Amino acid sequence: MDWLTPADLAAIWLTLKLAAVTTVLLLVVGTPLAWWLARSRLRCKPLIEALLALPLVLPPTVLGFYLLLLLGANGPLVSLFGEGAQLAFSFPGLVIGSAIYSLPFVVQPLQNAFTAIGQRPLEVAATLRASPWDSFWSVVMPMARPGVIAAAVLGFAHTLGEFGVVLMIGGNIPGKTQVLSIAIYDRVEALEYAQAHWLAAGLLLFSLLVLTLVYAVNRRSPLSVGVVK
Amino acid sequence: MTLDIKLAVRKGQFALDAEFVAPSHGVSALFGPSGCGKTTLLRAVAGLEPQAEGHCQIAGSHWQKPGFCLHTHKRLLGYVFQEPSLLPHLTVQGNLEFGLRRTSVDKQRVRFDESVELLGVEPLLTRSVADLSGGERQRVAIARALLTSPQLLLMDEPLTALDGASKREILPYLERLPGELNIPILYVSHSTDEVARLADHLLLMDSGRIIASGATSELLARIDLPLARSADAEVVIDAHVESQDIEYQLSQLAFAGGQLNVAGLLGGRQRVRLRIQARDVSIALQTPQRTSVLNCLRAQVLALQPLGESQVVVKLAVGDTPLLSHITRKSADDLELKIGMEVYAQVKSVAVLNPICHPEATQWP
Repeated sequence: MDWLTPADLAAIWLTLKLAAVTTVLLLVVGTPLAWWLARSRLRCKPLIEALLALPLVLPPTVLGFYLLLLLGANGPLVSLFGEGAQLAFSFPGLVIGSAIYSLPFVVQPLQNAFTAIGQRPLEVAATLRASPWDSFWSVVMPMARPGVIAAAVLGFAHTLGEFGVVLMIGGNIPGKTQVLSIAIYDRVEALEYAQAHWLAAGLLLFSLLVLTLVYAVNRRSPLSVGVVK
Repeated sequence: MTLDIKLAVRKGQFALDAEFVAPSHGVSALFGPSGCGKTTLLRAVAGLEPQAEGHCQIAGSHWQKPGFCLHTHKRLLGYVFQEPSLLPHLTVQGNLEFGLRRTSVDKQRVRFDESVELLGVEPLLTRSVADLSGGERQRVAIARALLTSPQLLLMDEPLTALDGASKREILPYLERLPGELNIPILYVSHSTDEVARLADHLLLMDSGRIIASGATSELLARIDLPLARSADAEVVIDAHVESQDIEYQLSQLAFAGGQLNVAGLLGGRQRVRLRIQARDVSIALQTPQRTSVLNCLRAQVLALQPLGESQVVVKLAVGDTPLLSHITRKSADDLELKIGMEVYAQVKSVAVLNPICHPEATQWP
């Protein structure tokens, strides 16, 4: 019974690792970014929001193409920082590509959650002696929890399913840059439909399971209904 | 020790430019019509209005002066917002402890059980914030603010967002606060009833400015100010229970200048605040004979001013205590009222604002 070959298992492992690393990176970068977007009244904010939303509308291959130029052997980063900066066709390159591709899926739920909290809970916290940093962790993040969970899950799930960017910037090196979606594509190309099924149906069920869990958790949270009054 | 405040805030068309000095004990009420800037001033005192300029000195410590502005979380204040603003991700207990945990132990003057008991929130401790009524939320919010042991408690119309029943539920708690805890309160209100009940010192605001400041009993009786000229003009008198008439179920209350009878038996020697509305005071030139009005005080006319076409507002002095009377212009002319005249003020109705009734206290010493 060889319904998953070692190459398939390697693709699954690499995909999960990529999605996890990307999600963590995006939460770390996306949280301050979303906080700034939720609070800022700068004139240039719409432009920045549009830039961040570009991955939603552009074909992934466009993003992947420019990333390949940027990170490739002849790219500006290599000429600036030397051979070590050549990230195309490597795992760090995949992470950068995935992070840019999934960025709006993390930033937008966070930004919406932060905006929904409003000014008042922060003022309340300040009158109760909480510094801004303290309030962020003791008031904002707990109140934004459903948004944070949604951001993490969407970022993770979206990275699992990406194809174009990864193909452009990572290529298709089994065990190194071959992720699940590309492995499925390979199986289909080779007319190995049974193998393709195992991977495709597995990914489908996994995604459904994760999303169901998130919706269930968020419904049980009192915060999804209890807005501050 | 005082609250010494001069703050200016510009917000589009609206400009606040308020300056006042108030005692740093008891309740000082910021009173004025809607939109006159009361809330903005209170927020500026709390450091919640970033554009505020000027100075703010609270009982000796500078919260703000030119070139220096303490962030809100460093000001030793408590703030009760107009709508009960509990943190929804915490239980009642979590809300109460939020500020307490951030107050250093050597500055904690209000104990947890003391505040919980004072506001009657003990039965609510384990409840989720979402399950509380409006009145319960506001009581928790007040207890939460007290637990930071503030130098100054700022309250922004804490009763306005509540229905009548919740208001009556909370008022007795508010009336107890100044007596139980030695924390000065700056209280924003547009209700004369709340001001009469709670305020020791009154700051009148109009169009972003403080137009008068003084003891509540004095300001209520100033006939050059809008308060004494409104239809529900009134004075408040602080008095204490002197004796009881068990047979007729009356209490005699003594105040600076005289004595008043009120219905009901009030407990021994306690201090009470009385309210007498200007429309309940009539004026006679001789001791009224055989009248049903129980309270008749010797008074002197201090000032007279016409009020509209048909009425006159008269300011009287009973000893040191001012009294207001709204009478018709015709009556004033018939009596030939003049400043300095000795008259009799008949008081038809006296309201005891903070009665703690002890009907069983019949064993009067």
